[in-house]
Amino acid sequence: MQAIKKIRSRTVVMPSVNIDTDQIIPGRFLTAVTKDGLGKQLFADWRYDAAGNPKPDFILNRPESKGCDVLVAGRNLGCGSSREHAPWALQDYGFKAVISTEIADIFRNNSLKNGLVPVIVDEATHQWLLANPGAEVEVDVENATLNLPGGKAVKFPIEPFPRYCIVNGVDELGFILSKEAQIAAYEARRPRA
Amino acid sequence: MSAPKTMFEKVWAAHEVVPQTADTPAVIFIDLHLTHEVTSPQAFAVLRERGLKVRRPDLTLATMDHATPTRTEQIFGGAPITIDAAAKQIRTLEKNCADFGIELLGLQDPLRGIVHIIGPELGVTQPGKTIVCGDSHTSTHGAFGALAFGIGTTEVGHVFATQCLLQNKPKTFAVNVNGRLKPGVTAKDLILAIIGKVGVAGGTGHVIEYRGEAIRAMSMEERMTVCNMTIEAGARAGMIAPDETTFAYLRDTPRAPKGADWDAAVARWKQLVTDEGAVFDKSVEIDAAALEPMITYGTNPGMVVPITGRIPDRKGEPAFDAAMKYMGLTPGQAIQDAKVNVVFVGSCTNGRLSDLRAAARVLKGRKVAAGVHMLVVPGSQEVKRQAEAEGLDKVFKDAGADWRESGCSMCLGMNGDTVPKGEYSVSTSNRNFEGRQGVGARTLLASPETAAASAVRGKVTDPRQLASA
Repeated sequence: MQAIKKIRSRTVVMPSVNIDTDQIIPGRFLTAVTKDGLGKQLFADWRYDAAGNPKPDFILNRPESKGCDVLVAGRNLGCGSSREHAPWALQDYGFKAVISTEIADIFRNNSLKNGLVPVIVDEATHQWLLANPGAEVEVDVENATLNLPGGKAVKFPIEPFPRYCIVNGVDELGFILSKEAQIAAYEARRPRA
Repeated sequence: MSAPKTMFEKVWAAHEVVPQTADTPAVIFIDLHLTHEVTSPQAFAVLRERGLKVRRPDLTLATMDHATPTRTEQIFGGAPITIDAAAKQIRTLEKNCADFGIELLGLQDPLRGIVHIIGPELGVTQPGKTIVCGDSHTSTHGAFGALAFGIGTTEVGHVFATQCLLQNKPKTFAVNVNGRLKPGVTAKDLILAIIGKVGVAGGTGHVIEYRGEAIRAMSMEERMTVCNMTIEAGARAGMIAPDETTFAYLRDTPRAPKGADWDAAVARWKQLVTDEGAVFDKSVEIDAAALEPMITYGTNPGMVVPITGRIPDRKGEPAFDAAMKYMGLTPGQAIQDAKVNVVFVGSCTNGRLSDLRAAARVLKGRKVAAGVHMLVVPGSQEVKRQAEAEGLDKVFKDAGADWRESGCSMCLGMNGDTVPKGEYSVSTSNRNFEGRQGVGARTLLASPETAAASAVRGKVTDPRQLASA
């Protein structure tokens, strides 16, 4: 995993509430056996017409969205299916952080494990972000702070352990593997099924 | 004396390998890891990259359900699987299970089925266990008093390699269902009403415990339907205290403990129930007797009304307007008699034998309306076998419905069983998201009874009306 300390980018705004992981990547693309290239299918049913051509009015197809690494979405982003293809597709497309007032549990977990930074903000900050698409923001992972234009800084919740993993570019598996002795001890005392 | 504990807290505490600290999440031991073809390939790839083994193949069970065909000739007749990528995913799981020594209930296995149907059927789903799967509807197994939740593929890899997961302790949420459901009102109606009340994010960060008279009165199949859709309220896990109904269901399952082991297990399971006076972080009260059959009208499971009611009029709310546009429905219209093109009976929500019986009771002696395609997909091969032994397949076929092999099928349309663009589907599955059942498909979630009644009339139909007609 790549170490990420700070992300500086303009935002793309998708104000829809309850954007579920079926929208982020529809089920018919889950037959993949690798993580590669899923960005092409990101928001496929919103992004392309029936012939597979980009819909010009969809936000990601507009010129101002080029090069934006931060997605601001409506409340309850990532609800529904546990498919990790959702954060994989967002990352493969180029997103490095997602911002909302609420982010669904499984999607948030999956995002943290891949270094896609989930940023949960208060209602007022969210309203400002929704009203100012393209704003230049900085997601400071190390300090768990979202820096807005004009010097306003907003703290966001991120547990110390995933934050450490993202900032240092290490994954969590190594940590669990290092608990081998405790796992073996647990197995020895565990009641049999 | 220790403080009273909730069932969740007891199960959690019993599985802490390393407790949570200020800096690190808890390391939790997993008693049962269910896995399938769609969310496992990238996890097996990590094992290979790092030279790791599956630590506990004995606690791991694989099957294939999401991308598998439902046409008999493609499973048993040697006909090619329609979708090449799905065929490749199936072969990939076969190889991964062989390489890593995992038991696989494969394509032609008589025990194959939707992962959340076969766990309980085999009796590997048991009270007090921690159960995970790379699938959000793993919450189903909570009906037995297990702590069961969906995980992503990275976590699937963690469990393969270590039989453990890193978890922060969630909060607790009591859903108290007081009184009894009226006749003709089902478990599906109850969970849709609960989601409508608490909202699609109402359970985020929480584990739900369903409690109360209506829950106690339910069969295991009904409890599974309720727990299944917990994730649609945002909570990863939903639990129901084990009781005599639970034990009676499990006793004769092939992989439940036997003899003295059974007695010891039951004694242990009885200790799991939430202690008197235990405190939940939040709670909600549901009046079961006030509920009607429910049906969704929008693009998430929280957009739900009684079948006797009308679509609300919230014009001006962007999410509502977008849903109405997608669904092609009118604010304020009665949901009853809305047009139906497709009816799907199946899925991990309502694909058990009791669900097929309920649909067959409505369909017996009746026909699916002209122009309506009804697809009935049993939740497992065992459900299929039992249904055929009772002649349910004949009821469905005589009515003009399509009877298939088991799998997730039209719940998510991965295998090519899809609803055509713009068409209306009354579905017993769990998600009415845009495009869930096919590009442009319009889904109305309901019970098997409502689905079957709607198939007969080709319109959204209150099954209680049809029964008396």
